Amino acid sequence: MSTLEIRGLKVTVDTEQGVKEILKGVDLTIKSGETHAIMGPNGSGKSTLAYSIAGHPKYTITGGTVTLDGADVLDMSVDERAKAGLFLAMQYPVEVPGVSVSNFLRTAATALRGEAPKLREWVGEVKSAMEGLKMDPSFAQRNVNEGFSGGEKKRHEIMQLELLKPKFAILDETDSGLDVDALRIVSEGVVRAKEANNLGVLLITHYTRILRYIQPDFVHVFAAGKVVEQGGPELAEKLEANGYAEYVNA
Amino acid sequence: MTTLQSNLLENHTPTGREEAWRFTPLKRLAGLHDGSATPEARNSLALNGASQSGVTFTRGAISAASPSDDSIVNRIRNYTSDGATLSIEKNTIVESPIFLNRSSGGVDTAELSRVQIKVGEHAKATVILENTGDTHLAEDVEIVLAPGSDLTFISLQEWGAKTVYAATHNAIIDRDATFKAIHVTIGGDVVRILPKVEFVGPGASADLQGVYFATAGQFFEHRMHVDHAVPHAKSNVNYKGALAGDKAHTVWIGDVYIRAAAEGTDTYELNRNLLLTDGARADSVPNLEIETGEIVGAGHASTTGRFDDEQLFYLMSRGIQEADARRLVVRGFFNEVISLIGNEEIQERLMARIDDELEKAGK
Ligand SMILES: Nc1ncnc2c1ncn2[C@@H]1O[C@H](COP(=O)(O)OP(=O)(O)OP(=O)(O)O)[C@@H](O)[C@H]1O
Ligand SMILES: [Mg+2]
Repeated sequence: MSTLEIRGLKVTVDTEQGVKEILKGVDLTIKSGETHAIMGPNGSGKSTLAYSIAGHPKYTITGGTVTLDGADVLDMSVDERAKAGLFLAMQYPVEVPGVSVSNFLRTAATALRGEAPKLREWVGEVKSAMEGLKMDPSFAQRNVNEGFSGGEKKRHEIMQLELLKPKFAILDETDSGLDVDALRIVSEGVVRAKEANNLGVLLITHYTRILRYIQPDFVHVFAAGKVVEQGGPELAEKLEANGYAEYVNA
Repeated sequence: MTTLQSNLLENHTPTGREEAWRFTPLKRLAGLHDGSATPEARNSLALNGASQSGVTFTRGAISAASPSDDSIVNRIRNYTSDGATLSIEKNTIVESPIFLNRSSGGVDTAELSRVQIKVGEHAKATVILENTGDTHLAEDVEIVLAPGSDLTFISLQEWGAKTVYAATHNAIIDRDATFKAIHVTIGGDVVRILPKVEFVGPGASADLQGVYFATAGQFFEHRMHVDHAVPHAKSNVNYKGALAGDKAHTVWIGDVYIRAAAEGTDTYELNRNLLLTDGARADSVPNLEIETGEIVGAGHASTTGRFDDEQLFYLMSRGIQEADARRLVVRGFFNEVISLIGNEEIQERLMARIDDELEKAGK
């Protein structure tokens, strides 16, 4: 049983107009096997939270803590965070020209497992992960995210989630831009990863439709850089019906 | 007199003020440009591997296929008529690549070398010229493609750290012939290569691909000149360079000249540079001069950018440590061109050398 704990997290970015505070004290605790949905208006800081936990250099932490089983995540380099068991499925996955998916995945798996996976087993692992997400085998030869459609990029993120087996995954709008079939396929991938590894999930979304496949244990409303309300799955239904007006104007 | 017709070489001992010489550090050229180098006959080029039928490699008198306005080339030609000739007989399809290897002869004297590669009508071959070691070398390479022939010319500059190499690689391309060149420059102190294309018959095509990686103190210059003198020829230029370390300096010049007679020309050239550290300098100048409106297309682009932190973050967020992530991104950048070589062993060797250079450059 692992715990990811975020306490009083404050984050700024440097903008042309100067330093701007985006996260204003975020508190959130996630345990293995739990699914937490975060919903909130555009620009409220959801991606900032996700990137800050993953260690993106653009964001400056000005206060608070993030710990994974007591270890100081904020003190770790980006790759160390991944090695500690964190995974971020990005809202906009990055294209890496000239680097094949197969080379990328194997390099990542080697880094995370501390040794190169045995070739024969690895080929099988990749094959079944791709099949699970209904990705054509030819994707292995393509360059990372280059020319992938929006939906293909998201499948590729979840394929990595299944292969790299983290303790906690932050899914930043993994459901956006997916058609109904892709939504189901991708959601099933997340559920498989949860069941296989007792994964803890922080799921950022604007829509309740993904929550029908991935049942949240908790729903958090995010507005203006912090969590403003928490509840169970019923809170998501209420948000979908009423929007965020009461939180934004509060 | 137009500007690009002559490649701006001016055919006299360069002073550094000439357009074609203004980027080149003449002081570091080991006297190859002004005649002060001590010439020595070294015959450094040899055919490597089993001889294949229809392919001959000989040494003897050469007469120039095309006049030159380059003072270095003319110095070589005045000095000697002796040179190496690789001939591929007409209608010969050479299945495996033809390897030419260089045995470098040191830097106390200089070699003035002449090479001709002649591809007969409807012949097809790949020639891989592997340059290694330390040398001072001025070279006049002429590549003559007969009608309907098809040549892939791969020139690998894996020189040692003391090498000064100043060369013209001039392809003279006849009707319906297909020429592809891949230049890789990752070693040497000063490397200046003038890849040239002269279209002498219609319907031909030239594809010039190149990569270069300069680290601290290295100077690499690639100066294309593509002369569309006849109708319906097609040219494509794609060069990618990376630079790392103090005073790493690269120059890429793409001169494309479309003469009035060259109706139906289709040309595009692209140069992309990746600056991996501060203190490095990449000069990139595409020049396009067009004397006829009756063309299919003509374009050029040049970009010089820094390392993409988003790519680095993405890879590292998957557990890949920073040095490995950088290596992957740089390999990826070069892969587009390197993979065209079509020989796994060479490709892996070049990538390993690129890894080494990257590591040496630190960061
Ligand atoms: N470099 C920057 N310059 C200026 N503002 C920035 C910069 N980076 C982030 N921001 C601002 O920070 C705020 C939070 O952005 P973030 O991407 O975290 O929002 P979000 O909640 O994920 O929104 P969405 O639902 O649209 O994905 C936004 O107002 C955004 O414009
Ligand atoms: Mg977002």
